[in-house]
Amino acid sequence: MFRIIRGAWDWVDDRTGLKALLGPPLTHHVPRNAKWWYVFGSCTLMFFSIQIVTGICLALVYAPSADTVYDSLLYLNYDVPMGWMLRAIHGWSSNAMVFMMLVHMVQVFLHGAFKFPREMTWLFGVALMLTTLALAFTGQVMRWDADAYWGVGIGASMMGRFPVIGGWLTHLVLGGPIIGGDTLSRFFTLHVFILPGLAIALIGGHLMLVLKHGISEDPKPGTAGATVDKATYREAYHERMRKKGVPFFPVAAQRDMVFCGIMLIALVVVAAWYGPIGPGPRPDPTLIDVTPRPDFPFLWIFAVLALLSPAVEDYLIITAAPVLVLLLMLVPFLAGTGARSPSRRPIAVLTVVLLVTGLGVLSWLGVTSPWSPHMQAWTSDAVPPTFVERRSPLELQGAIVLQHSQCRNCHALDGIGGQRGPDLSEVALRLSPSQLIRQVQQGDGNMPAFGKSLSSAETRAVVSFLSTCHPPGVRPADRPGARIPELRELDEQRSRN
Amino acid sequence: MTAHEDERRAPDPGTSDALARETRRGFMFKLGAGLLALGGLVISAPIVGYIFAPAVRDWKKRRSWVSLGALEQYPVGQTVLATYTNPVHGPTVGRAEDLPCWVRRIDETSFQVFYINCAHLGCPVHWFQESRLFMCPCHGGVYYENGNRASGPPPRGLFEYDWQVVRGRLYVFAGEMPNLQIPGRLPEDELTPLTVDGVEYLDGRPVPTDGDAGGSA
Repeated sequence: MFRIIRGAWDWVDDRTGLKALLGPPLTHHVPRNAKWWYVFGSCTLMFFSIQIVTGICLALVYAPSADTVYDSLLYLNYDVPMGWMLRAIHGWSSNAMVFMMLVHMVQVFLHGAFKFPREMTWLFGVALMLTTLALAFTGQVMRWDADAYWGVGIGASMMGRFPVIGGWLTHLVLGGPIIGGDTLSRFFTLHVFILPGLAIALIGGHLMLVLKHGISEDPKPGTAGATVDKATYREAYHERMRKKGVPFFPVAAQRDMVFCGIMLIALVVVAAWYGPIGPGPRPDPTLIDVTPRPDFPFLWIFAVLALLSPAVEDYLIITAAPVLVLLLMLVPFLAGTGARSPSRRPIAVLTVVLLVTGLGVLSWLGVTSPWSPHMQAWTSDAVPPTFVERRSPLELQGAIVLQHSQCRNCHALDGIGGQRGPDLSEVALRLSPSQLIRQVQQGDGNMPAFGKSLSSAETRAVVSFLSTCHPPGVRPADRPGARIPELRELDEQRSRN
Repeated sequence: MTAHEDERRAPDPGTSDALARETRRGFMFKLGAGLLALGGLVISAPIVGYIFAPAVRDWKKRRSWVSLGALEQYPVGQTVLATYTNPVHGPTVGRAEDLPCWVRRIDETSFQVFYINCAHLGCPVHWFQESRLFMCPCHGGVYYENGNRASGPPPRGLFEYDWQVVRGRLYVFAGEMPNLQIPGRLPEDELTPLTVDGVEYLDGRPVPTDGDAGGSA
């Protein structure tokens, strides 16, 4: 039996030359010290392969037409055998792919693996990063729910920031003057045909370059290959690989296999446990009771767009993406030689720390969105009892006005309520009654003026309530300009002396 | 004969140079390249046109008047949500066919009709009757009841529809999603009249016939 299989394999190899074709790439020599730091690229590729397989499977049922798509997603979730699991794997594997790609990129950056002669490999990587993010964004649109609908709306509004061509861009993205069936079809074409094709081509180029230039060595200071000198590096590297390298398969590949295996099992467990991602509420624009949020790779952008000053927003929306991409592309040309180890490249390490911290904090802000009014706070958030104890009828009426006028949508009492404006629990320490009246009636900074929506009696009531909002035992501000009681008391002491 | 031998010996067989020589001073090669280039150009035209058509089409011309229903639905001094069927859409639009808007009735005869989209990045704004404010759930844009920006990141007030009242019904001129480059209302001469029972209306009044227009001009 074994002999027959062997004979058949020999025949196939003889007629096709498979061994000669696949052998060299599989067994090309890689550094002996390329160990666990080197598994992330393979893992990203594994998740991409899963996306291709599960994506094709989902396309068997998914109906990419705006009038049927939502029902086809529900059908997949609740009726098609294993449909929910395929959607879960596709969704979670997408998150994992983006995450693993970023880890791979950080590793390559920190280990200086982008330096001479691997500049093109890095450039292909940058292109792959953009393609992956585009796949993630268009994938969110495939989940044609309220988030997808309004997410596309945000994209279209960003196009409107481009002078002159903004209108054309908007219509090009939407496939018409308004979000509709053509919009979904455009994003479907991108997500299913154009971007995966582009990704496969770029991965081919990326891998070809990896084979051509070899995998960089672990850049431990003092070891061979830890410093890049254009005159000698390439020859010395290939010489070292010939003498000391180990074949990629099976020696180096075994770590990739272990890591990918663990990640694969983890993916299935996460997908089975957490289930498919969405779809959220129906994409019916007349149901406006929604709080649109993007998927995790774009939460930081969502946060930036909330926090930017309107004065610079237009410029940043137009220039930020090209500038960031250009900077990434310039990396191997600005620092293409020299030391590779992170311990010898403090600026590189600092850059990563700052970027990871910045993106992490912005993403967290994107989740919590402290700048968004809490639409239901005025009806659903309780008034803590300490704020209504021993209050006069006028002050209690003020508390009702505060609640009824939706102030709580932006202002918290004792931490409960919107975070858009300052917490009002101790507002009497910061503003005197006359300042409060001015603030309520005329607004200031980020606060709208309530002069037209509140009567003078209501204003008086709400200000008398707010004047009671201070910690017990600390006297409130009583004249304009006073800011903190300690300073005020110091002033009084001075005037007494 | 010698020339023929030279030709056979000189260039490496297989290079484009050699191929060019083999095809009688490259005529066939040039012809082929030219024909392919021409063919490529000809076939690209419809493809590029097809892809970019939505960008260059004049969608303003496709806008039209849609009814928001009888005036009685809109109490004076209040702002309410209305929905209408978007007049510009393809056959597969699904539920995105119906769009919401905010209708503010200022007094018996005057209205403001606002697009649902925040002027910042297009999220749906909510109206709060008590504080007389519109608030956006995405980035915290806030607007006064007349649509002016009150606070937050929006660079301008809410986008408004052109509207008119004809025979007791409110109409808006709809068909495009607004953003900073597509700011909702159009100049008067770009509005097409609304036809009700064979009579054309603009600004709530019947459009003068050709004879009248000539007289007034």
